[in-house]
Amino acid sequence: MGKRIAKEVSIAIAEAVKQCRVDVIAAYPITPQTHIVEHLSELVANGELDAEYITVESEHSAISACLGSVATGARTFTSTASQGLALMHEILFIAPALRLPVVMVVANRALSAPISIWNDHGDIMAERDIGWIQTFAENGQEAVDLVYHAFRVAEDRRVMFPAIVNIDGFTLSHMIEPIELPDQEQVDRYLPPFRPRYKLDPRKPLSMGPVGIPEIYTEAKKAQDEAFKNAYKVILKAWDEFEEVFGRRYRPVETYRMEDAEVALLIMGSLAETAMTAVDRMREAGKRVGLVRLRLWRPFPLRDFVKAVKGLKVLAVIDRALSPGATGGPVGTEVRSALYQVPGRPRVVNFIAGLGGRDVTVEDFEEMADRAYVYMKKKPKEPYEMIGVKE
Amino acid sequence: MPKGKDTALISWKEVPFGCYILEPGNSVGFKTGDWRSFRPVLDKEKCVKCGQCYIMCPDMTYTQDEEGYYIADLTYCKGCGICASVCPKGAITMVVEEV
Repeated sequence: MGKRIAKEVSIAIAEAVKQCRVDVIAAYPITPQTHIVEHLSELVANGELDAEYITVESEHSAISACLGSVATGARTFTSTASQGLALMHEILFIAPALRLPVVMVVANRALSAPISIWNDHGDIMAERDIGWIQTFAENGQEAVDLVYHAFRVAEDRRVMFPAIVNIDGFTLSHMIEPIELPDQEQVDRYLPPFRPRYKLDPRKPLSMGPVGIPEIYTEAKKAQDEAFKNAYKVILKAWDEFEEVFGRRYRPVETYRMEDAEVALLIMGSLAETAMTAVDRMREAGKRVGLVRLRLWRPFPLRDFVKAVKGLKVLAVIDRALSPGATGGPVGTEVRSALYQVPGRPRVVNFIAGLGGRDVTVEDFEEMADRAYVYMKKKPKEPYEMIGVKE
Repeated sequence: MPKGKDTALISWKEVPFGCYILEPGNSVGFKTGDWRSFRPVLDKEKCVKCGQCYIMCPDMTYTQDEEGYYIADLTYCKGCGICASVCPKGAITMVVEEV
């Protein structure tokens, strides 16, 4: 087992990608993802990583190159953020439909306008329905660990779907944290060489991406959806195997101090660490508050989630993205829908917070939990409300 | 009217992995000629057998016959008219398909 060494999370991610023995990287630099791809290009240029680094003129080209690369059976990585992810949009849907397991780290950042380089989840929530496996990291160690897991799951022959690891821009990407990088031998044990079910090979020709006429399109999408749902078991199993090899345990839904909780905060990503402090403080004050964190966002861990929130009176969902004119933030509407059929479900209240790099402090979380207590007795007037707006 | 699913070609369980085409060259089995509203007609008097139609046809429908003339296979010709447009002798005319 490696030593815990203070490293910038982006650099650690690049080192982890190297340990995954990636064959091809195609990426375009964009804040706050830059350090990841910058370090990877350094590793390739210095001969420390035997891979092709394809410099491209845009993110649209980056992801297109990645699809072509992985289609030939090469292990492929890319990374982006915000406008770059948006520019990839039309290609992103193609990867899962063609079962091309690219792995991408998204350093989550707000979308323009106004121009913002700072962190929220607006970029990835606009890509909610692309059909990629999506996880959210809470801290640097988890970000790194999720990269190994992403390759392991995506390339599994039972899965063969692309995967995104979401890390909060700056608050994770640029943070220096003590991170334990495993030994190469451990990574090799966990991640076997990429052997796809099919690949582009002139000796055995096949066509990827033909037209789907109305007489086949629905059946093709049904087949994709069923295969994606089946990926869930492999995602869990790969985390079990991760624990065996690396010693750290991950589950699709994390809970914190949920024993006898009546109110819980639900959040994805690094803000959960601040929320844990808020939960501790409220517990000390005698309030029965807990925390639920979704690590796996797609496929949505429905059963594990429902189990995690059982017995709650109010669930306060914190969204880091705005869905203008909707009935809530993307996570809020998802969770309300997930719980609608559950007897004795908690009341779901939805807060939008931490947009475009706005701090969400322990006090903000306490305020949200306090409001959740108010809403235990009184229905909220609006389906969602924004927190931390100056009137 | 039948239900929508009655028009489906195969069950979703039979869709090949990634909806790939695993049998190369099977587009031969896709008869695209019935899309056509104009058909190319060759005037052999004017034709100099230069093969421009053969080169430019996007569907590779032209093949040379024993006499050396290039003839379009109407099973696949979509009637795009590129052959008529590139013919240096004006030997190909696009004629409206009668229904």
